[in-house]
Amino acid sequence: MLEIIDLKKSFREPSGNQISILDVPIFSMKAAEQVVLRGESGCGKTTLLHTISGLLDCDSGSIKLDGIELTKYSEAARDRIRADKLGYVFQTFNLLPAFTALENVKLGMTFARKTIRSERATELLSRVGLKDRMHYLPSQLSVGQQQRVAVARALANQPRLLLADEPTANVDPANQSKIIELIQEVCSQESVAILLVTHSDEVAARFSRVDRFEDLNRAAEQTQTSVDE
Amino acid sequence: MSLFRIALRNLWFRKLPSFLTMLSMALGVALVVLVLTISGMIERTFKQSDNVGYNLIIGSKGSSIQLTFNTVMFLSEPVENIPYWYYMEFIPGADGRAKEFQRVGGKLDEPERKGKYASLVSGGFAIPMCMGDYVGPFRCIGTTPQYFEMLRYGEKDSSYEFAEGRNFVDYSDENGFYEAVIGSQVASVMGLKVGDQIYASHGKEGGDTHDDGFRIVGILKPTGTPNDRGAFVNMEGFYLLEGHIAPDRDPITGIEVKGSAVAPERESKLSKVRLPIEKREVTSVLVKGAGMSVIGLEDQVKKSSFATAVSPVREITGLLEQFVTPVKIGLFLLTSMVCVVSAIGIMVSIYNSMSERKRDIAVMRALGASRDHVLQIILIESTMIALGGGIVGWLCGHLAGPISNIWTQKTTGTTIGFLSSANSQELWLVPGMVIVGILSGVVPAISAYRTSVVKSL
Repeated sequence: MLEIIDLKKSFREPSGNQISILDVPIFSMKAAEQVVLRGESGCGKTTLLHTISGLLDCDSGSIKLDGIELTKYSEAARDRIRADKLGYVFQTFNLLPAFTALENVKLGMTFARKTIRSERATELLSRVGLKDRMHYLPSQLSVGQQQRVAVARALANQPRLLLADEPTANVDPANQSKIIELIQEVCSQESVAILLVTHSDEVAARFSRVDRFEDLNRAAEQTQTSVDE
Repeated sequence: MSLFRIALRNLWFRKLPSFLTMLSMALGVALVVLVLTISGMIERTFKQSDNVGYNLIIGSKGSSIQLTFNTVMFLSEPVENIPYWYYMEFIPGADGRAKEFQRVGGKLDEPERKGKYASLVSGGFAIPMCMGDYVGPFRCIGTTPQYFEMLRYGEKDSSYEFAEGRNFVDYSDENGFYEAVIGSQVASVMGLKVGDQIYASHGKEGGDTHDDGFRIVGILKPTGTPNDRGAFVNMEGFYLLEGHIAPDRDPITGIEVKGSAVAPERESKLSKVRLPIEKREVTSVLVKGAGMSVIGLEDQVKKSSFATAVSPVREITGLLEQFVTPVKIGLFLLTSMVCVVSAIGIMVSIYNSMSERKRDIAVMRALGASRDHVLQIILIESTMIALGGGIVGWLCGHLAGPISNIWTQKTTGTTIGFLSSANSQELWLVPGMVIVGILSGVVPAISAYRTSVVKSL
């Protein structure tokens, strides 16, 4: 379902030096598989998610999502693929403050090309336990409730893969496990694969497949080595 | 969820800045509409007055604009008078002057001869007007019944009709020389009806009121002309009012002979005794001549020592072209600048909101929105502000017309309906507002288009 080969991404530092962030020789996921990528902060996990989602161009390599070679497409085409096949849950939820919970979920369906029943938004919110809070603005919801809306929004357009970037980093420990449970449960029901990045042991412990980001990313090793030296 | 709904939601979330920006645009458009309305009203008033039903105004020498304003629009200060015998020179027909002498009586040189200008007025008319008095805030005009019989008005050459009653007559057994016809606004503002008496105040609004009143025998239907705010009285009765009798003058110095302004003996108000010709003066004479003869008539009158002739159409058109049109263009440009400033306001408002919305834009992009989607949303927002402001401004601009009627009816005699002043130029407002909206949204939309998703998430 997701296959990455020889993916490279580097940035130019303000000093002018080119710094390699990603150097992933190979990484793959099966359909509906739930994978955790563990790694320290700043090691390039988010960059990898942005590159898989097509928000960032890679320097070289191949990213195949559901059989589609993303690196061959233009930015506009990647936008469409992202709308159709990917869901995104952010560390800070990133709900749009002007829109109600229901509208935030519907927004996730707006840009997809496939036909999705508008009732799905209400169904999803009911499934994440927010049936009575659908018409609340994000500012009227608790942190945990906001993240549940974010999960519902990410799944609104029936994606093949859910990218979750430290989804519980801003949630209290009590809600942390509830959120992860919810993501895993809903994704299992919808046969959606999960690629979740975290540095939390508690979160990682809930997944059967846990990959260390340092093991995948040679750039991280190089960075670590240069730091050690 | 459509892009339109997303844009609407964004505007609603920023209610206050959106409202204020829309208000500034509404203000600009309202001013444009108001300028178009007022200039349209002025043009319409001028054009209504353009076809006054006569070619020339004969009056005393002086400002031709003042003579025109005074005679046609009942505005400006009353001008000096000219002798009645001079008016008689314009009465058409070989025996017109002689018949008038027989009708009025008094002293007149060569009473049997034809009027000096009679042949140039052949087939037309010469109607005298006496002004200087007021009925309430309205002008009192002494004239002959011919005023409503012969004159036509407006683009359709309409004749005057009466909402109630009839035209006044030269003499009636019930009212003698004291009959009056009033314009529609005089009736409505002063609450007058047929059968009521009106009393003219001498010389100025609120001046001494004459003892003899005039019986209202007719109320005109609204015409949209200054006649709506005129109180027309029989000239024969007007002459008999105190202070309206011209004194004798020294033939060499022109100085008044003291004690000569004496009214004739009259047994009662119904007496048929008239003021003699030598005691009469008129403020102006409305003359309609045949074809090119008018030009000759105008030249001849201008050569005389104490009277002038003006073409009201030429004066009005000249005034319109020289003064009203440039002012209209100037005001239009000025108010258009207000719209430009409002458009810049929209741009600044949306552009400033961009920094706080970068995150929202990045989230939408992460959810699959393309750069084009984001661009479109911002452009829809700016267009909605411009269009919304434009529509509100357009409505307010047109509502200002009817509201201002309280003032304009009284001063200009013109009534503005809600959309009566809407004209073809306003059809440009809607596409204009869309263009303004799009243009003002371009800069912030480009900023949104270029927003870095990765940096903003």
